[in-house]
Amino acid sequence: MNDAAANHQLVQFHNVSYSLPNLTTPIISDLNLSVARGETLVLLGESGCGKTTTLKLVNRLLVPTGGEVVVEGKSTTAWDPIELRRRIGYVIQEGGLFPHFTIGRNVGLVPSLLGWDQARIAARVEELLSLVGLEPRTYADRYPRELSGGQRQRAGVARALAANPPLMLLDEPFGALDPLTRASLQREFGDLSRRLGKTVILVTHDVREALLLGSRIGLMHRGQLLLLETPDRFLSSDNPQARAYLDTLPLTANVGEKA
Amino acid sequence: MSFWHFLQLNWSELLVLIGQHIKLVLVAIVIAVAIGVPTGILLTRYRALRGPVLGIANIMQTIPSLALFGFLIPLPFIGGIGARTALVALVLYSLLPIIRNTITGIMGVEPSVREAAVAMGMTDGQVLRQVELPLAMGVIVTGVRVATVIAVGVTTIAAAVGAGGLGVYIFRGLRQNDNNLLLAGALSAALLALAADSLLGLVERRFTQRKPAAKAVGRRLAIALVLILALIGGLTIWRSTKPTNRVTVGSKDFTESILLAEIVAQMLEARGVAVERRFELGGNLPHDALTSGTLDLYPEYTGTAYTAILHHKPITDPRAVYAEVKQEYGDQFHVEVSPSLGFENTFAILVRGADARQLNLKTISDAAPHASKWRAGFGQDFMSREDGYPGFSKAYGLKFAEVREMDLSLTYIALSSQQVDLIAGNSTEGRIAMMDLFQLADDRHYFPPYEAVYLVRQDTLARVPALREVLDKLANSISTNDMRRLNYEVDGNRRDPKEVIKEWIGGRK
Repeated sequence: MNDAAANHQLVQFHNVSYSLPNLTTPIISDLNLSVARGETLVLLGESGCGKTTTLKLVNRLLVPTGGEVVVEGKSTTAWDPIELRRRIGYVIQEGGLFPHFTIGRNVGLVPSLLGWDQARIAARVEELLSLVGLEPRTYADRYPRELSGGQRQRAGVARALAANPPLMLLDEPFGALDPLTRASLQREFGDLSRRLGKTVILVTHDVREALLLGSRIGLMHRGQLLLLETPDRFLSSDNPQARAYLDTLPLTANVGEKA
Repeated sequence: MSFWHFLQLNWSELLVLIGQHIKLVLVAIVIAVAIGVPTGILLTRYRALRGPVLGIANIMQTIPSLALFGFLIPLPFIGGIGARTALVALVLYSLLPIIRNTITGIMGVEPSVREAAVAMGMTDGQVLRQVELPLAMGVIVTGVRVATVIAVGVTTIAAAVGAGGLGVYIFRGLRQNDNNLLLAGALSAALLALAADSLLGLVERRFTQRKPAAKAVGRRLAIALVLILALIGGLTIWRSTKPTNRVTVGSKDFTESILLAEIVAQMLEARGVAVERRFELGGNLPHDALTSGTLDLYPEYTGTAYTAILHHKPITDPRAVYAEVKQEYGDQFHVEVSPSLGFENTFAILVRGADARQLNLKTISDAAPHASKWRAGFGQDFMSREDGYPGFSKAYGLKFAEVREMDLSLTYIALSSQQVDLIAGNSTEGRIAMMDLFQLADDRHYFPPYEAVYLVRQDTLARVPALREVLDKLANSISTNDMRRLNYEVDGNRRDPKEVIKEWIGGRK
């Protein structure tokens, strides 16, 4: 692979497998995929299909047992893990906020780890909270438990954006929210990541979310990537797994038009 | 004397004891936290070590405190008598709850929170300091709270190794059968435990619920309490600063020994020698402390030295016992034996006066036929020594219905309240007359002679010339009756030993 292509591809999986010593079946086997700069890749699949593991292989929370994961042209094992993780935003369900930090301190965490000065951090926190729709003066000094689920999720996104990382990883970020909040947050997040030009890898079991946010959708099943398609090709796929997902959609046509 | 009156008279001494108590607990807990929290953190990183380390800490907690003190006394550096030994024991007791709660607290941090911390790019140290420890703090403080309450209790035992604290009142109260002393000691210890518990409860709440409003009041209260405790602790440290060239006088943990020690102490002070008192030391502590140089002298009985320390079979010739003890102490320990003080404190086999009159008992042999219906109560000392219960019961062919091992001073109370029917007390005990007890004659001359003497380090005699003068003056100067009277002043009339001795020395001039 030449340098230009490597630069264009922010994340690449080369024959990646991941297994645990006490399990006979691997969690991930022989995974190959590339994520281009600026695209949003959605990994879709049921629980236990290996999609979260795939995500954790990117920021080296896990290290592949076979093959390699390349981020910005360098294998994750060649990166200093601390430096790598500070360049990648990470959002999990309910935001994964630290309960003993205020919202402001949560959002300003990575900048403070990077050694920014206080004034710059404060300005950045204010900017980000406004960006995700949380009024800074109201929310910066509150603790996570004083916020609603949707507000916590917004704060989680703000925290992931704090040091302006080129890559964002989201693990079922909207899973725990009520349908209305989820729909509006999904829409807002889509707008935001497009506007900021972020590369996003998002994991979900919600096919509607995948169609709404993904520039490509990877369908995972039992540790393997079955399908990697754009949303409209995904809609017309005759893969039985994909069809099973699409059959759960009462509003298939509408969603398809939108995507 | 009413308890209120007692407090009015003794409040300053009580405050000193409370101060010592707090100081011991505070220092022990600070050390235990300094060791326990890092150990706990380490054990969350190296799981394989967790079982063995927690196992050892667990076993530590099951060792009775007196036994633990016993193990520690002969050890160099950490042993001996006084505050250091007490601190070592307290720290060992406090470690388990602190280590265990540190582990529980850190392991209890939600995996998703820890994972988020790692994913944010925190280093191991940052995850620990910024996420795990703050979130575990509530549980860790609970551990410290438990450890502190336990330590307040265990510290009362520290009086047995001469570390001071409220145990001094409790032990003295038991010995003198004085409820005021007991109450003052036990009540203060209980209040101290409650205060420590609620104070740390406040700290704990501050870490578990982050309500900004409640925080301010609790914090101010906590700071105020900590300041008060620090002040009391500081005062005791300041008060305990003493001149370095002095004679350290020890005593065993019963009134007569304290009185004899007090006599030397006051006579030395009258000659301008600085004296440190290390009284009320249990078991073989005084001997160990004397030979290790922690004590310069203490009162002893020739028979005790001959059998319990030198491990000879008991003999009945007083002169032979004295000569042998003097010879061997000089050779083995470089300790000099003073001339006899003029009285013997032998084991007194005691029954209730009413029983003696009713059954017409005069001697131990007279009592032997009744033994099978009787319960006997003996002090730990009597039960364990060569010339105590084993030989005694054989010599007289005694078989009791039941033999209870208990605190020596409690045996008198047990006898007069009919919990037991026969005890082995001391012939000079002041309470014998007070409680209407009867001493059975040792008609088979079983008990070896117990002449009272002082055991003095030879290097101290060389260092402090006034000491020799005092010992010569005391030779043959205290009769058995004198001693009974002095004992009774303290045990019967509940008077301060210092006062009693001051009066006695004054009256002899």
